[in-house]
Amino acid sequence: MSLKLDQVSKSVAGEPHIHATTLELRKGTMNVLLGPTLSGKTTLMRLMAGLDKPTSGKLFWDGADVTGLRVQDRQVAMVYQQFINYPSMTVFENISSPLRLRGLSDAEIDRKVREAAAMMKLDDSQLSRRPLELSGGQQQRCALARALVKNAGLVLLDEPLANLDYKLREELRSEIPKIFEKSGAIFVYATTEPHEALLLGGNTACLWEGRVTQFGPTPTVYRHPDDIVTAQVFSDPPMNFVPLKKRGDQTAFGETSAEIDGQLFKNLSDGEYIAGFRSNHLRLNQRGAQDLTFKCQVSETEIGGSESFIHLHHGRDSWVALVHGVHDLPHQSDQTMYVDPAHIYVFSQDGSLACAASYAGSA
Amino acid sequence: MNKTLNHRAWWMVLPVLILVAMNAVIPLMTVVNFSVQEEFYGEFSFIGMQWFADTLTNERFQNALIRQLAFTFTILLIEIPLGVFIALKMPRSGRWASVCLVLMALPLLIPWNVVGAMWNIYALPDIGFMGYMINAGAGFFGHDPANGPWFDYTQEPVAAWFTVILMDVWHWTSLVVLLAYAGLQSIDNAYYQAARIDGASRWSVFRYIQLPKMKHTLTIAVLLRFMDSFMIYTEPSVLTGGGPGNSTTFLSIDLVKIALGQQDLGNAAAMSIIYFLMILLVSWLFYTLTMQGEKK
Amino acid sequence: MAKITLSNLAHSYSDIPVTRDDFQLKPTIDHVWNDGEAYALLGPSGCGKTTLLNIISGLLVPSQGRILFDETDITELPTAARNVAQVFQFPVVYDTMTVFENLAFPLRNRGASADYVTRRVKTIAEMIGLSDSLDSRAHGLTADAKQKISLGRGMVREDVAAILFDEPLTVIDPHMKWELRTELKALHREFEHTMIYVTHDQTEALTFADKVVVMLDGEVVQLGTPVELFNRPEHTFVGFFIGSPGMNVLEAKVEGDTALLGGCAIPLHHGYKQPDASRVEIGVRPEFVTLTDGEDGLPVKVERVEDIGRHKIVRTDFNGSEINVIVPEDASISDRHNRLKFDPAAIHVYADGWIVDGEDQARQKGASS
Repeated sequence: MSLKLDQVSKSVAGEPHIHATTLELRKGTMNVLLGPTLSGKTTLMRLMAGLDKPTSGKLFWDGADVTGLRVQDRQVAMVYQQFINYPSMTVFENISSPLRLRGLSDAEIDRKVREAAAMMKLDDSQLSRRPLELSGGQQQRCALARALVKNAGLVLLDEPLANLDYKLREELRSEIPKIFEKSGAIFVYATTEPHEALLLGGNTACLWEGRVTQFGPTPTVYRHPDDIVTAQVFSDPPMNFVPLKKRGDQTAFGETSAEIDGQLFKNLSDGEYIAGFRSNHLRLNQRGAQDLTFKCQVSETEIGGSESFIHLHHGRDSWVALVHGVHDLPHQSDQTMYVDPAHIYVFSQDGSLACAASYAGSA
Repeated sequence: MNKTLNHRAWWMVLPVLILVAMNAVIPLMTVVNFSVQEEFYGEFSFIGMQWFADTLTNERFQNALIRQLAFTFTILLIEIPLGVFIALKMPRSGRWASVCLVLMALPLLIPWNVVGAMWNIYALPDIGFMGYMINAGAGFFGHDPANGPWFDYTQEPVAAWFTVILMDVWHWTSLVVLLAYAGLQSIDNAYYQAARIDGASRWSVFRYIQLPKMKHTLTIAVLLRFMDSFMIYTEPSVLTGGGPGNSTTFLSIDLVKIALGQQDLGNAAAMSIIYFLMILLVSWLFYTLTMQGEKK
Repeated sequence: MAKITLSNLAHSYSDIPVTRDDFQLKPTIDHVWNDGEAYALLGPSGCGKTTLLNIISGLLVPSQGRILFDETDITELPTAARNVAQVFQFPVVYDTMTVFENLAFPLRNRGASADYVTRRVKTIAEMIGLSDSLDSRAHGLTADAKQKISLGRGMVREDVAAILFDEPLTVIDPHMKWELRTELKALHREFEHTMIYVTHDQTEALTFADKVVVMLDGEVVQLGTPVELFNRPEHTFVGFFIGSPGMNVLEAKVEGDTALLGGCAIPLHHGYKQPDASRVEIGVRPEFVTLTDGEDGLPVKVERVEDIGRHKIVRTDFNGSEINVIVPEDASISDRHNRLKFDPAAIHVYADGWIVDGEDQARQKGASS
């Protein structure tokens, strides 16, 4: 089973919502659509489901052209950010509704509903109640169970956990991949949070202004972004950037000039670039002799229990450092920060990757 | 495969197309047909825009139009603010909210001719409760019953207008209330709380929170009430029959008199089309203006 | 700006509460919140954090107890008379007004002079970074700009006693969350308003607040600095709720300075008296667990490794219960890794959910009090 999008695009009133996109999603995989609000995640999902017709391009399901085939005629299940259940039905009836449409026997329906309910941790007393009597987490479990029994080949989850409490989110987020792995369907999961994409694993497609900037295994996209936009979308806290000038052996990062081991940026021709590194790679202490030293000024520190977020200025650039332990640095104080050059991505002025961070190895 | 599907789809729409043709297009074309021809003992001859020119310059038509406009704007001026006021006073939740909603919906559920008949009896000067009470009051303030009843809508144009307007307000304010109420219900509690924190007055809450949120439903309310009242026929026809004299003869009543009373089909057809175009134009203007305000 | 005193506070939505469970805020909450500090009320939905916020904002009058701003009893005062400001979950702005008019609204309602209003609004707009859009209609702005307006409407009044936040970042994109959060932090540092922030998101709570009030089922389980909550959760719930993933909590037998986990001995940092409780557990955060190979330590099986970028979470199984381990980004995990070691100093002992002091700690406390 596979779903293939071939040069699929969508425009509304002449305005492009999705630029021509080619993607292939395989059976039994989790595919995350990662991007900020209005980047086109929902539009792309609606195209995959057949709720909207693409303006151009074709969709193939197992090699067969399904462009223009209505959603009713496809094997699709969808779960939304809002908890959408039939309010007048009990949870049991809600979960069984797709099975009844298929005309299964009562005994079989009962077995399948209880199986799905057990996986989603809904007990008997909850099955006999109405969705609105349950907590938000349980309501969403009900919606997920309904998607599960449908046994659809394509399951679309549109920010399903966004309206839930942080801890409930954590719990369901770790359950969802396990449960759906078994069903062998293709999963598509939209989220705005890089953290969530990483936890879900699988593959990730980064979206930005209606364009898929990169698609691949989640850790690969994270560590080998093809361009600056992907790196930005896939960093939380935001990635730190600094202008880079290279002239022979001399390399300047903004106002800081440094000599770097010739091996590292050896493929880089002389010129001006943008260097980027993630907040957890900006450190308070030196670890290796190669480490770059940056003189920064502290603007704000946030302490989050085991770790601290230090907001800094380096010349005209604003940076964030995510460091272990508690570091309550005074406002406006000077602070020397360190970055291992192996953690630095170099982007050309047009945003494309000029030199990957060497720590990630070759993809 | 897609192509065959598409062809079949066209056949599926056919019954609807036929239905629409029977319902709307053919009658409309009949009217257009009549409006540009003269009929003389079964012989038709084309006369162009003659009927339209006649109608527009006809004093009778002009008077009916003025009465119609006066009526429509009066009831809009009363019903919209009154409806908003009642909606604001209604409880927002609980048992009383349901009771209020049912009470409000009641007048809307009564057939229009029944409304006319009810008010016909209710406002009669001798046996109708309202008519009797008004005249009793007039008597108290020194009106001599020997000169006939002070309030008699069957004789006095002012009394007739008063009764027709009162009837319409009674019948249709509920619709405005329900629409305004729906608009109010969509306002999140946080807005009221924020207004309290900001020290906003009751008027400010109305002006800056409630009115903007009601804008859409009120637009619909004004449109509906304009169209309905501009086409009003049944109730005044049953209540006053357009009288006394021609004092409550609105456009539609006049139209029926010309078409069915006088069998003057050419005139009636031209008048129908003018009538229709006026409603379309005003509705379109109103809608466009409101939506333009929205974009700014 | 004011100190907030909650005295003997409890709230029930039923008129005659009978059992403790009838209370949304259980008797009794007694706290003094310092002037100029930032507090976060943290807990799952239904824990009573919003009820408490509503009591402070004046939307609810508590069933019992009093609430004071400085020395003034405001328990019965209406919201408008309390000098509080509030930022809501969904941005509340007056759509038909410009940004300037929005910010001026609370001042104009209180009859401030036009001259003062202009001056003050400009100052506030500068502070929240909206100087450039003062003349645009609030309606078309982005969610984060609208939240800034809400905040600005609160700060524009110089007499504001406290600024309340009800999950204000819910509808904001991750990248903008960072910006808004740090801006809020900077504003707090500079102007020292007393701030109360309701959230279910631990990162928001910990990074924003000087003190975090962790709530569960209508009770305050712990009030402490973010560091205290992380290092010494007084209840297993706090351990679980704070941290991602939360603390590993395992049922154990505690004898002196050893904990027995299914026959495996774990050394503890302190000696404990036999706790008198039906349920004894030890808790250790995933940050203080190391995964090794060899013969020493707790035998486990690695179930899954989650690469979350800056580090990896290893989910291991020990006799059917999950123990999470956090390992560095560059660590490679293989089947050889089958033993866990806990940092003894980071292990806490819990009796029926509540933390137990070691004997030496108890003695020290006794001596100092």
